[in-house]
Amino acid sequence: MPETISLEVLRYSPERDAEPSFQRYDVPLHKDWVVLDALNYIKDKVDGSLTFRWSCRMGICGSCGMMVNGEPKLTCATFLSNYAKENKPVRVQPLRYFPVIRDLVVEVTDFMTKLQSVKPWLIRGDGKPISEGEYLQTPEQLDRYKQFSMCINCMLCYAACPVYGLDPVFIGPAAIALAQRYNMDSRDEGAHERMDVLAQHEGIWGCTFVGECTKVCPKHVDPAGAIQQYKLTATIERFKSFLMPWAAK
Amino acid sequence: MDISYHDVLLVGGGGAGLRAAIAAAETNPNLSVAVVSKVYPMRSHTVSAEGGAAGVIKPGDTLDDHAYDTISGGDWLCDQDAVEIFVKEAPEELLRLEHWGCPWSRDPDGRIAVRAFGGMKKMRTWFADDKTGFHLLHTLFQTTLKYNAVTRYDEWFVTRLLVDEGRVQGVVALQLMSGRIQAITAKSVILCTGGCGRVFPFTTNASIKTGDGMALAFQAGTPLKDMEFVQYHPTGLPFTGILITEAARAEGGHLINKNGYRYLQDYNLGTPTPQPVLRNMELGPRDRLSQAFVKEVEKGHTTDTPYGPVVHLDLRHLGEKVINTRLPFVRELCLKYENIDPIKELIPVRPVIHYMMGGVHTDNNGATPLAGLYAAGEVACVSINGANRLGSNSLPELLVFGARAGRAAALAAMEQRTPSEHAISQAQDEKARLEEQFLRKTAGRERVATIRSEMHQAMESGAGIYRNQTSLENAADKLRELRERFRDIGLDDHSLTFNTELLAALELSFMLDVGSAIVESALHRTESRGAHQRTDFAGRDDQNFLAHTLIFRNPDGRIRLEKAPVVITRWPPAERVYGVKPDVKEVAAR
Repeated sequence: MPETISLEVLRYSPERDAEPSFQRYDVPLHKDWVVLDALNYIKDKVDGSLTFRWSCRMGICGSCGMMVNGEPKLTCATFLSNYAKENKPVRVQPLRYFPVIRDLVVEVTDFMTKLQSVKPWLIRGDGKPISEGEYLQTPEQLDRYKQFSMCINCMLCYAACPVYGLDPVFIGPAAIALAQRYNMDSRDEGAHERMDVLAQHEGIWGCTFVGECTKVCPKHVDPAGAIQQYKLTATIERFKSFLMPWAAK
Repeated sequence: MDISYHDVLLVGGGGAGLRAAIAAAETNPNLSVAVVSKVYPMRSHTVSAEGGAAGVIKPGDTLDDHAYDTISGGDWLCDQDAVEIFVKEAPEELLRLEHWGCPWSRDPDGRIAVRAFGGMKKMRTWFADDKTGFHLLHTLFQTTLKYNAVTRYDEWFVTRLLVDEGRVQGVVALQLMSGRIQAITAKSVILCTGGCGRVFPFTTNASIKTGDGMALAFQAGTPLKDMEFVQYHPTGLPFTGILITEAARAEGGHLINKNGYRYLQDYNLGTPTPQPVLRNMELGPRDRLSQAFVKEVEKGHTTDTPYGPVVHLDLRHLGEKVINTRLPFVRELCLKYENIDPIKELIPVRPVIHYMMGGVHTDNNGATPLAGLYAAGEVACVSINGANRLGSNSLPELLVFGARAGRAAALAAMEQRTPSEHAISQAQDEKARLEEQFLRKTAGRERVATIRSEMHQAMESGAGIYRNQTSLENAADKLRELRERFRDIGLDDHSLTFNTELLAALELSFMLDVGSAIVESALHRTESRGAHQRTDFAGRDDQNFLAHTLIFRNPDGRIRLEKAPVVITRWPPAERVYGVKPDVKEVAAR
């Protein structure tokens, strides 16, 4: 294994640059180092102005998603040594399809709005008091939605989604998976309310089930599966309201 | 200068902050509640908590049992009135989370499942696999989204508290995206910024855990309490410091030294049993397990690695099914970050800085001595944790006391008040200071990373698992030098847009203050208790130190230390006994 490795990092400062450009850095290549360690090395030792987000360094906070050699990755979970053999600089860029604020930091507001729009909270009419204890839920019922509850909001699936790339209005994989997380929860009664929200987004029908979102998900959530589930339910609901208007809702 | 006005303001958007925000909004829906967080709330460090949350819910368990475990675990430094409140309200809060959708793991009949945890004599730890903090935080965050009264300031960093007329009136905050610096005023301010693990080099804590709220309170003259009590978790992965949850031992994992020997039996922690026994061996408390590690190093029984000595956690005998269903995150972390499969291999571990028992001095409603200022969660010291926190008490703590602080702050905020002119002029001074000291200054010679790294060395060598007067005085001297050198800090980055180097510098200045508070408090306590072990003062000294340490910073910058009484209600101080017979009557000691 060579002693150093080169990184080409996208730099962009709205106060200074008309266009983004790549800057090259050489960093030590340690077996244990991930791409994020290299970025921190640069920030600490070489150039304090390099700008990126990170926090937990254990793949759970969802902050450090970036494009590494063109693929969306959590940089805390991507070893540098994986790229050592390629003999060319490792390219690090901000997550694709998001507006860039500076260097590797992208704008998140739109994503946050989309998450909120699907009403990602438990909706229930009865309002059972706490003193009556828990809502029962068997392990099998839990398993029906659990996978969709594992999303860490890292947005890698948006950076992988060709539909989102073409149509930024598309509500996107993580938000739909989150809606399904509550829809499939045996304690929830809000599926119809969420259906109304999702149905406004024609983009969902544009999803061609290429499944890129599921492939890049670091937590094995299956957003593509959620979208297909949703399409099926929405189609049935649509037919129901057409054929039996009294039966829908 | 821009000024925004709210009634209740949360600094920090992790578990405590979001629980407090909901409590405030529910107490009075007409109040304007704001959450200021330096990260998007779901990135907060609560997300990393793994093992679970303790709350009495099963037949055969009692509130008194939970209280006793907590108090003895804390080496009798807990305030027992606070502990009684805590154990009573913890199950209610955990159930509320369930009603909000938290995916708690279940028994086959659909009821909440519980698991064993270190230092607990009954099984009472609720869990959501081994990602409990993640699910708890996301449930809270998603639930807050339905409250329109809650305004979020995401990626804003609070640089100081505005204090005038003897009460807190708001904060000055920097918006990362734009570099805008402004006053955010409020009638009540609740600090919920979490711990300060990043003061040390080797920690499970995320990069954001820089003690901001502790430093903000300290600088405003509010005392910090019991800062000498810093928890080492016995099982962190070397190099990364990633936590391997105590649940791994609760499920039956063994700690072994280089000879394959379960060394804890040599340290008054009981005898090995085939099945895990509560309060025995690997299920002893964290302070005692971390101290046993140091003794093993001294005996030469540990294995050397490039990142220092390690022992090993053995999960192999649990088998693939248990590991995959009960500890999936442990396996994922080992595979992804250490390239080890715990089904087949031993996991190298060493003690790692994990949690701050001390923090901002509060009463049982989160109120600090400064009017209008509250604190809850790890940033605060109520104290229910005493000299050593038990695993799975921190998540219910942030819920119980987050909710209490939120309600108290909301009631206090109903009085009509407007921020004073002097408070606003303080905000203008602060803006000028930030521009002058950091953004416009080009001559500084010191680098953030250099001072930070020297601080790490000073804290680790001076105030680690074992301390003494010399080591602490050396650390204190070094920190004084570093605070002096910090004045000559120079940034590469003078941009207003997302200036993370400025952020790192501000965090470093906070950490230097918090580090000093830890060291000075540790010097003051000349006894050994829980996580504070002095080689020059072995043994607990209830005569002189059954008391909290309060550390103040006077307006002239000088440090003042005081003692405050510990509240004892029903459990007089006794010896801490761990080992195979946990029901043995614990004899009154001393």
